[in-house]
This record gives sequence, C-alpha cells and structure tokens, in this order.
Amino acid sequence: MSEAKKTPFYEKHVALEGKIVDYSGWLLPVQYQKGLVEEVHDTRNRAVIFDVSHMGEVSVEGKDAEEFLQKILVNDISRLKDNAIIYSPVCYPDGGVVDDILIYRINEENFFLVVNAANTDKDYAWFEENVFGDVKLQNLSPEYAQIALQGPNSEAILQQLTDTPLGEMKNYHFLPSVNIAGVDCIVSRTGYTGEDGFEVYCKNQGASKLWDAVWEAGQKHELSPAGLGARDVLRLEAAMPLYGHELSKELTPLQARLDRFVALDKTVNFNGQAALKKQREEGMNRMLYGLEMLERGVPREGYPVKVGDQEIGWVSSGSKSPTLDKFIAMAFLDPVIADQSQELELVIRNRSYRARITKLPFYRRKKK
Amino acid sequence: MKYNIIDGVKYTKKHEWARLEGSIAVVGLSDYAQDKLGEIVFVELPDVGTEVEAGKGSAVIESVKAVADLYAPVDGTVTEVNEDLLDQPELINSDPYGEGWVYKVEVKDESQFDELMDVPAYEKFVVEEDEE
Repeated sequence: MSEAKKTPFYEKHVALEGKIVDYSGWLLPVQYQKGLVEEVHDTRNRAVIFDVSHMGEVSVEGKDAEEFLQKILVNDISRLKDNAIIYSPVCYPDGGVVDDILIYRINEENFFLVVNAANTDKDYAWFEENVFGDVKLQNLSPEYAQIALQGPNSEAILQQLTDTPLGEMKNYHFLPSVNIAGVDCIVSRTGYTGEDGFEVYCKNQGASKLWDAVWEAGQKHELSPAGLGARDVLRLEAAMPLYGHELSKELTPLQARLDRFVALDKTVNFNGQAALKKQREEGMNRMLYGLEMLERGVPREGYPVKVGDQEIGWVSSGSKSPTLDKFIAMAFLDPVIADQSQELELVIRNRSYRARITKLPFYRRKKK
Repeated sequence: MKYNIIDGVKYTKKHEWARLEGSIAVVGLSDYAQDKLGEIVFVELPDVGTEVEAGKGSAVIESVKAVADLYAPVDGTVTEVNEDLLDQPELINSDPYGEGWVYKVEVKDESQFDELMDVPAYEKFVVEEDEE
C-alpha cells in the first residue's frame, strides 16, 4: 500500500491536537481533544467542522452526460434541476453495489459527482468501463479539498463569510460558485450527520484560507472540530448507510431499504435493473433493520443476531448513541423471522444480549 | 506528565494497574489507558472464582470506538468484581485508581509483582509509547 496521504487541512488537525489515523489511505483525525461523545453532542446542538477532503469528486460533461448517468445510476435523474442534488446507488448488473454517490447537476451537460474515498479509483474505472458517446470524465479528487460544516449554527457561521443568501438554499441544493472569504467554492446544503449543514468544496490552494475563515467565524457560535469517529456515530444515529457496512458488492440497495432511491421503472435501462426487479418480486432473505439493545452491551459490526437457536443475520453497524443514550445497531436480518419476533438476541463474545427491532432512523432532527 | 500515575500500585505494559492488599490484588486500568480509550460505555467482568493468568485477557472494556481486553497483571483467582461498573462504566474514566477498580484476585505468587513497573518505570514507558 502506498503511503497515506495528507489532506490540505492536515496541519490544522495537528495544531488542534487531533488524533490522527490512517483511514482508507488518508491521514485524518478520528477525534480531537474533547472526544467523540462531546463531538457528537456539539454537532447536534451547536456546530462542528469536519475535514472530508478524502471524498472523491468526478466531473461528467458532454452531450451524452445525462444518458450515461441514467445508465449507471439506479436513481432517476431525468427530473433533476440545475443546482439540485440527488443521491443514488451505483450498481453492478447483478444488483450488488459499486458505490453510493451524490450527483450535482450544474447543467444538463455538466454534472459533479461525489463518491466515497475508498471507492474513488474503483468508481472511476467503472465509469470509464461504461462510458459511451460524447462524455468527458475527469477525476477531480486530487484537486479538491472539502469541509463539512454541520449542526444548527452552521448557517449563521457560513453566512458571515459570504453575500450569497444561504437561508434561501434548500436541502440537497447547491451553488457552483460561491465566494467564501475570497475563496471560490461549491457550496451544498448536504451532510452525513442528520443535522442541517453545508458541504463546501474548494481547490486545494484555497483550502487553508477557507478553513481559517470558517474557524474564525465560528468562534462566536461555539464551533468545534469533529473527527471520523463522531461522523460515523452521527450517520448511524441518522441511519445513513455506509459503504462496506450497509452496502457492498454482496448487498443490494433494496436489501438496505433504499427503495426510494431505486427507480425500478425508469424508462431507460440501467445497470442492475433486471436483477433488482427480480429481487423485488422474489423477496430477500436478508433486509436492513434497526435494533436497540434491551440490556447493556455494545453491538458492533459482524456480531451475529439470533432468535432462539437460529442465527437470522448480522450487525452491519453498531455503537452507543450519545444522543439517545442507547445502544443501537443496524443489522441485516431474515425478514420473515424478524417481523414476527418481539425480542432478538445479539451475540457478543459468545454471550447473548437482548435486543428489539426499532424504527429507522434512530434519530431525526426536529424541523424548524 | 499529562496522565495521573500514582504511587502504591504497579503497572503492566498493557496499562493495567495492580495494588497488593495482603494476599489480594486490586486490578484496574491506568489513567493513560482510560484516556486513550475515551468514554467507557461497557465493561464485561469475570465471574467470581475465575482463574486469571498474567498477560491473558480477564475482562473487556469498551468505549464508543474500541473494544479493549483487560489483561490480568498477575495469576490468581477472582474474589470480587466491581459491580458498580455495570451501570456506571464511566467510573473508570472519572476515577481509574479508585471507584473505577475492576476486580480483585487472590494472588498465587507475590513475586510476580516484582516484574511489574513502578512509577518511574511506567512514566518512562508511557512517554515512549505516547511518542510513537
């Protein structure tokens, strides 16, 4: 494996005494001085800044850009407007998942895709393999830095740095060129925490200036830095899937209950369509559920779930939820048995702990 | 030193501590270890009567992000466990050498304590480990 890369914010993390780890080949903070639990609370109640520069960015341009995307995406982008964003899994023909990504429509011939860090190279190769017609693909990942500003105070913080009225920006919308403290940025109202917030992309050369400006503007709004550990717990509380856990080559978006992002009846053929339709008709022997522990025990990825003596699935993600003060998990379970079981058992180090099925998401923010 | 390293106990390379009280050793996790783990949310205790072996896993301590084994500092038989930790595992964070003790063992061979680190040795060990 090649040496882990530093993002343009690496020195900021070191200065803030972040605990640096190697995450998919990137040196990133897993947590800062306050610790994971406080960082989760800060995100829910105030605002935090994450370095998410490891995320990959791919530009798709050309007359056939939309048609190409319609073929590789399982969601339907035909009604996506300029400056709007849509989430979609990307599937193999067998319905297994290549990645789950965001599609930003700049205009009908220009799209900006945001992909998972660990999947960037694999995705790009997959796009190239499937490309046709007048489509120009560019892997912009090495050029772009990205921060996620998340939490209820995010808008107040970012608004200090730009004349663009951010209050008018709706969820899952973006502006392709916003001047933030003199740096040209793509700004989207998106995130991976279940809170309100923004994701801000800029070219590497403006990154340091952007971070400093946001940090400075955040001081009167109790802005703190947050790391990958908090990010993972926040997304679990909000029941957002993470590739490698809830989605993979072996798991389809239907199993992960992402039905509203799977346009089975899209008028054009797309990768995975036939397999997913078949799966929808035939049913699945493992589907995603939310679990809540009925006794103390930390559910973690890979732990078996049982009803009586029968193993009915596995935990895909689990943790203590600092927000709910409960032990929670997402798990793939046999739906026939799960749906009729009041109580299940989660096996932790050969001992069974009681759990029950609970509605997803575990946490939903209150709308203003 | 940013970690609390107290007198009257001896330390292992895995960051457990043990305090000899007659023939009984009280065992816990050092301040350094609890700091590295972060907020502790779950403790799996051994049953009373369990034979523990120096260097082998004897309890499990979990924070939000990690699962850590607590290795027995010395050989012995568990005589008592700190049941307060079942409902308040965070006592290990707030008072690692006091209310956050984990279990007590009837010690088999007191000479095993000679192999554990005293304060100066453990301070040096922690500094080196922290630099890595």
